[in-house]
Amino acid sequence: MKEELTVKAIENGTVIDHIQADKLYKILSIIGIENFDTPVFFGNNLPSKKYGTKAIIKIADRYPSDDDANKIALIDPKAVINIIKDFKVVDKRKVELPEKIEKFVKCFNPKCITNHEKVATKFTVVKKDGKIGLKCRYCEKITWEDNIEII
Amino acid sequence: MMKNKSLISISDYTKEEYFRILEVAAEFEKNPNQKLLDNYVVASLFFEPSTRTRLSFETAIQRLGGRVIGFSEATNTSQAKGESFNDTIMTISKYADLIVMRHPIEGSARYASEISRVPIINAGDGSNQHPTQCLLDLYSIYKTQGTLENLKLCLVGDLKYGRTVHSLLMAMSEFNPTFNFISPASLRMPQEYKDYLDSKGIKYNEYEELEPNIKDADIVYVTRVQRERFSDLLEYEKVKNVYVLKNKMLEGTKDNMRVLHPLPRVNEIDTDVDSNPKAYYFEQAENGVYTRMAIIALILGLK
Repeated sequence: MKEELTVKAIENGTVIDHIQADKLYKILSIIGIENFDTPVFFGNNLPSKKYGTKAIIKIADRYPSDDDANKIALIDPKAVINIIKDFKVVDKRKVELPEKIEKFVKCFNPKCITNHEKVATKFTVVKKDGKIGLKCRYCEKITWEDNIEII
Repeated sequence: MMKNKSLISISDYTKEEYFRILEVAAEFEKNPNQKLLDNYVVASLFFEPSTRTRLSFETAIQRLGGRVIGFSEATNTSQAKGESFNDTIMTISKYADLIVMRHPIEGSARYASEISRVPIINAGDGSNQHPTQCLLDLYSIYKTQGTLENLKLCLVGDLKYGRTVHSLLMAMSEFNPTFNFISPASLRMPQEYKDYLDSKGIKYNEYEELEPNIKDADIVYVTRVQRERFSDLLEYEKVKNVYVLKNKMLEGTKDNMRVLHPLPRVNEIDTDVDSNPKAYYFEQAENGVYTRMAIIALILGLK
C-alpha cells in the first residue's frame, strides 16, 4: 500500500516523512498546526519498510524554518523533511539535531532562572544511552527527552 | 588571565587558573592587609541569608581596603516591591566595580554575568554552584597535603544533594585522586558523577560504614545528613548517628590526614574532635577569606 493512497498528495508544500508512529502527535503540536491556515493531512500507523509502522504529515503551501526543523529533530531525529513543488520532491533532507537549542524548549527545573524571569532558555544537546538531553546554560540541569516541553 | 572574568561555576576556570588562585591566596595569608581595593566599591548582594559566606566575603573586601555596599536579605530591597532581578543587577552594576551575589534561584548568577557591566562572583545559586567554597577547599587540601595530586579523599554524609561534594569531586578529578564515598544508601553519590569518574578512569569505592573506611585517607570531608532529605523519618533515625565522626575513630588514621567540613556543623562531627590536630574545619573557614581575597584581586586585575 502506498501512503499516497491513504494520505492525500499535495501540489506544493512540505511532507514530513518517516516519523515514528508514537511521535506524530508531539510533532503536530510543536510545529503548531492549530495556527496553520492551509490544508494539513496526516496519517499514522502506515507501513514502513524501515520501522514497521510510521507516521506522515503533509502541509500544503508552507515550508519549514530552521527552527521548525530543529524542533522536529528534537522529537524524532529520524524524520525526513521533503519539500514539494508541483507534486515532486525538490529537496529531501534528514533533520539534524543542532548542538545548541535556544528559546523554544522549557527547562524542566522549576527553580531555574528561566522559569522565574524573562530569560530565553539556552541548552547544549547531550546524549546518553541513546537518549537526548538538553543541558541548561543557567541551572546546569539536564532536561531529558521524556520531559521536553516546547514553549 | 582572570581579569574581568566572572566566576559562576567551578568549570569556568582552568587548572592553571586554580593554581594561580592558590598561589595568590598563600600570599594574602602571609600578608592579609593589602590595600589593593582603595577606591573600589564591591556590591555584596545576598538575596537569601548566609552569614558565613557573606561575612567571609565582606572580611576579604575590607582586608583589601575596599568598600562594601549591599544587603543581607531580599526583604528590604526593591525586589520586595516587585522589581525584576534583571533591573536590580542592571542598576547595581552601574554603581559597583564587582558584584558578589547569592540567590536561591538556580542559574541566576550566570544570567547576571550576561547582563552586568562588571564581573560577577557567584556566592551560591540555589543547589547549583558555589565555586568559591570549592576553591577554598582546594586551598585547604593543597596547604595541608602540599599537593593536589594522587590523594585519597573520603567524602562523608549527604553525597546525593551535597553541592560542595559534587564541585569538589569535579575539581579534584583533574588531579588523579581516589575517592571513598561514605553515605546512607539513600544518599549515595548520583550516577552522573560516577559515570564522569569512570570516563576519566578515576577509582572510587562506596561504603555505608564510616569508621573502617577512613583509615587510609588523606582528607576526610564531612557533610551533614539533613533530616529534611528523608521522606521516611524512621530511616533518618536509623542513620543519623552512624555518620557522627568521633575523636576515637581518628585512631590509626594517617598523620597527614585532615578533617574538613564546609560548616555549619550540627552534630556530624563530635566536639571532641575539635582539639585533635587533625581537625581542620575552622582553619578551612579562615582559608576562605584568603581564597576570596585572591579571587577578587585577580578578577579586578590587581594581582
